[in-house]
Amino acid sequence: MYSFDFVKPGSLAEAVSALGAEDAQALGGGQTLIPTLKQRLASPSALVSLKDVPELQGVSVDGGAVVCGGAATHHEVAEATATAAPAISALAGHIGDPAVRHRGTIGGSLANNDPAACWPAAALGTGATITVQGAGGARDIAADDYFQGMFATALEEGEIVAKVSLPVPDRAAYQKFVQPASRFALVGVFVGLKGGEVRVAVTGASENGVFRWSEAEAALAGSFSADAIEGLSVPADGMIGDLHADPAYRAHLVKVMTKRAVAAA
Amino acid sequence: MPKDHGIGASTKRREDIRFLTGKGRYTDDINVAGQTYAFILRSNQAHATIQSIDTAAAKAADGVLAVLTSADLDGVGGLPCGWQIHSRDGSPMAEPPHPVLASGKVRHVGDPIAMVVAETYEQARDASEKIEVDLVALPAAVDMAEAIKPGAPQVHDEAAGNLCYDWTFGTPQEETDAAFASARHVTKLELVNNRLVANPMEPRVAIGEFSAHDGMHTLHTTSQNPHVIRLLMGAFVLGIPEHKLRVIAPDVGGGFGAKIYHYAEEALVTFAAKQIGRPVKWTSDRSEAFMSDAQGRDHVTTIELALDADGKFLGIRTDTLANMGGYLSVFATAVPTYLHGTLMAGNYTTPKITVNVKAVFTNTVPVDAYRGAGRPEATFQLERVIDKAAREMGIDPSELRRRNFVQPDQFPYETPVAVAYDTGDYEATLAKLEEMSGKAGFEARRAESARNGKLRGYGLACYIEACGIAPSALMGQLGARAGGFESAQVRVNAAGGVTVWTGAHSHGQGHETAFAQVVADMLGLPEEMVDIAHGDTAMGPMGMGTYGSRSLAVGGSAIVNATNKVIEKARTIAAHMMEASEADVEFKDGAFTVAGTDKSMAFGEVALAAYVPHNFPFDKVEPGLEEQAFYDPSNFTYPAGAYACEVEVDPETGVTEVLGFWAADDFGNVINPMIVEGQVQGGVAQGIGQALLEHCVYDADGQLLSGSYMDYAMPRADDLPMVSVDHSCITPCTHNPLGVKGCGEAGAIGSPPALVNAVLDALNAGGHDVAHIDMPLSPRRVWAALN
Repeated sequence: MYSFDFVKPGSLAEAVSALGAEDAQALGGGQTLIPTLKQRLASPSALVSLKDVPELQGVSVDGGAVVCGGAATHHEVAEATATAAPAISALAGHIGDPAVRHRGTIGGSLANNDPAACWPAAALGTGATITVQGAGGARDIAADDYFQGMFATALEEGEIVAKVSLPVPDRAAYQKFVQPASRFALVGVFVGLKGGEVRVAVTGASENGVFRWSEAEAALAGSFSADAIEGLSVPADGMIGDLHADPAYRAHLVKVMTKRAVAAA
Repeated sequence: MPKDHGIGASTKRREDIRFLTGKGRYTDDINVAGQTYAFILRSNQAHATIQSIDTAAAKAADGVLAVLTSADLDGVGGLPCGWQIHSRDGSPMAEPPHPVLASGKVRHVGDPIAMVVAETYEQARDASEKIEVDLVALPAAVDMAEAIKPGAPQVHDEAAGNLCYDWTFGTPQEETDAAFASARHVTKLELVNNRLVANPMEPRVAIGEFSAHDGMHTLHTTSQNPHVIRLLMGAFVLGIPEHKLRVIAPDVGGGFGAKIYHYAEEALVTFAAKQIGRPVKWTSDRSEAFMSDAQGRDHVTTIELALDADGKFLGIRTDTLANMGGYLSVFATAVPTYLHGTLMAGNYTTPKITVNVKAVFTNTVPVDAYRGAGRPEATFQLERVIDKAAREMGIDPSELRRRNFVQPDQFPYETPVAVAYDTGDYEATLAKLEEMSGKAGFEARRAESARNGKLRGYGLACYIEACGIAPSALMGQLGARAGGFESAQVRVNAAGGVTVWTGAHSHGQGHETAFAQVVADMLGLPEEMVDIAHGDTAMGPMGMGTYGSRSLAVGGSAIVNATNKVIEKARTIAAHMMEASEADVEFKDGAFTVAGTDKSMAFGEVALAAYVPHNFPFDKVEPGLEEQAFYDPSNFTYPAGAYACEVEVDPETGVTEVLGFWAADDFGNVINPMIVEGQVQGGVAQGIGQALLEHCVYDADGQLLSGSYMDYAMPRADDLPMVSVDHSCITPCTHNPLGVKGCGEAGAIGSPPALVNAVLDALNAGGHDVAHIDMPLSPRRVWAALN
């Protein structure tokens, strides 16, 4: 990797300030950024480590929502939500491998918005609120507005994912069909039912990143059962085609994983 | 009772203590005084003309000591190919130069263009980015079928139509065609043997050193055969006489074939170390390994099997395209020919077999031997086409195989493809397999799966393979440029401890344990009295190294012969000291005794006398007790067996789960059953990897799409079932002293067809008419076949 300065801010304000420097880059758990640096595909002037920023720590279940600091690791979320929000816990507990889960963070994952990442499905599938902090202050962004395509989010330059609040669904499940090599989601579907509202969030499949399958949501709102979506199909158009799956297969898997998620919820 | 020491005992691997506690000494662990670091600038294009290379800025960069391009390599030869194949018309194969650094053109992504040497790795890599290489892209030849068409991009001017050779083997084509004309049934199958990346855990490393005062070069390298590297690099590439070149391959973390070959980086660090007067170290990273280690397999084959009304095999004919990649690697040309065509008879009495192979240059990483090397390709074709024929003719797959087995009373059995099997009992391993795998209860298990919406399948494959390429005289006639012998040196020290140098090399096989068991058993000593040494050309005689499951069958035989020489010399000494006739002196359980008397000398006493020769038969032998042997086998060995696999396919997603895997092998005599079991399980893991997961893929421009573990699916522990291994069916090899055959590759040879046959059984029994699916049987491919 190329040389860079390493900044370890003592507070969120210091982190925001450090990120104001030209070509400075926030470092969460580093599970994407460090390999990128090692391949010399990025050359930030400084890495601003969010790992020990006090305001970004912790996971709690409060008022019907899982509230995660941006620097909470996947492992911490999985542990803290095991009984209160088992679907979220299972999703967090099956990201990567133990080493990844002990370093990688929910904030880092949501900031990166990899089209095959798991957290975007949970955030969109629960209707989460993402609180971001920048030089201009803090703002809350609804998940529906946050994800803006592959690797694209509503984060402005220099903003940090400070907090993620995921409402705990009444019933929910995440089904991940893994890509055989990376074990990222080839297709992952998070289904959540809360009150009368159903959310079906799909990751891994679309060229536009995570999305809600609205036809399935409508059908499931009428009857929350796998049979309710039997007659639906997902168009292959706009699905990702790569070494591991063509668009038609991905589209097929979206439906299969949705049915399985509903059955498991 | 299982033995607790010596031949036949499951002695725990002594090398594991250091491997499992982080005390192994691998090449990258070695750092020498004054060491510098090399970085190789590689092509990012598959095919391009090198218009110019400007190294001025790189040479001026911080810490840089040298920047080498092909223009700086005056007097350096190309990397040699070890086997010359002749085409059907008698012409020698096209053998284009394989420069150490790309010259004029680059021919695959990863082709080395320049090497930077600097004080640190980071400086060398930084400077490499300052090298200005003007590449003018050329269209790439990637797909083999396209590459041999007129008008395709030409990889080498010396290979018209990208053809390396057009080889035919076995029965004359017209005789085989006549057998097909008389057949009741012909089964035809087109299949791909998918390209693999070897992926040893330890990437390649090379450290070159030069001492000016005596002109001595030293190369530490991650090699399976350091003696061969010394010969190839010294004689063909750098022109260094062998007494001035020492090659050391210390602990090596897996090879699987990819570390047999002489690589450019070994020559470059050796060359550069002399030029700059300091040691030079190069360490591959994983991404580099994906585009610079020789890759494996990559055959496209059409096979036809002719049968009579009873299912007797009448003839086999095959047409194969074999990918060589951009250059000829050391063994590359032998793999699709003499390591593949010779195995097309399998375990069966097919009378007419014609094998046709075209070897093709493409703008991809060179392809060479990978665990099994030619034999998996042969076995896969044969065992797949037999399974398809069984389904088409409505004959049970096991039964169809049984009807065609070479029978025990037919050995030695001459096949139509030039080899003679010395011994075997194929019915025995198949019967053992059916018992182990619970074949009788399978249909009940299938019904249970069906109740859960899953398609369950049972597949089997038989295999025969050939280990220890031999004899040297025949290899020479067939175009090999090397011999097939192995060496051993057995030194009995004065106090009785024994050091054995073997020309074989251990990089995971457990030689240090198993070879010591053999010598300890022969000398009647505790195993800990025997040490095995290898991997250093400065110690022990010239050896050929480890590949092709040869180490025990060939190297072990050399050890046996050298040990027998030790025993005979010791007998002479003992007879003298006990004042007896040599003929009356028996050696048993570590002691020499005189028949009919109570006179006895322990082996250690004789050893001491050999070095303190106060009372010694000087008229018969010299002092000392150290012997060596070179063993050249009279034939290959022929391990064989039968493998079964049980799978469950999820028809909704195409996911295949491997529920069970069973291996019944005849390896001849077994020295260490535990090590053999591990070798088979490791081979099966790689075979399941090939059949289900692994695939090296290039796009139409020759870019490597599966260039990291993000896209190249290595098998993980949870992809694999427990693999049950049996090696109780034993027909000892008839032509080597231990009666052993070799077990290192069998697992990777027999398992892919067993798994694919199981999946196709699941699909067809489940009502889906699917003739074949190419490996890897990814969920997408299986699902597509179902829809």
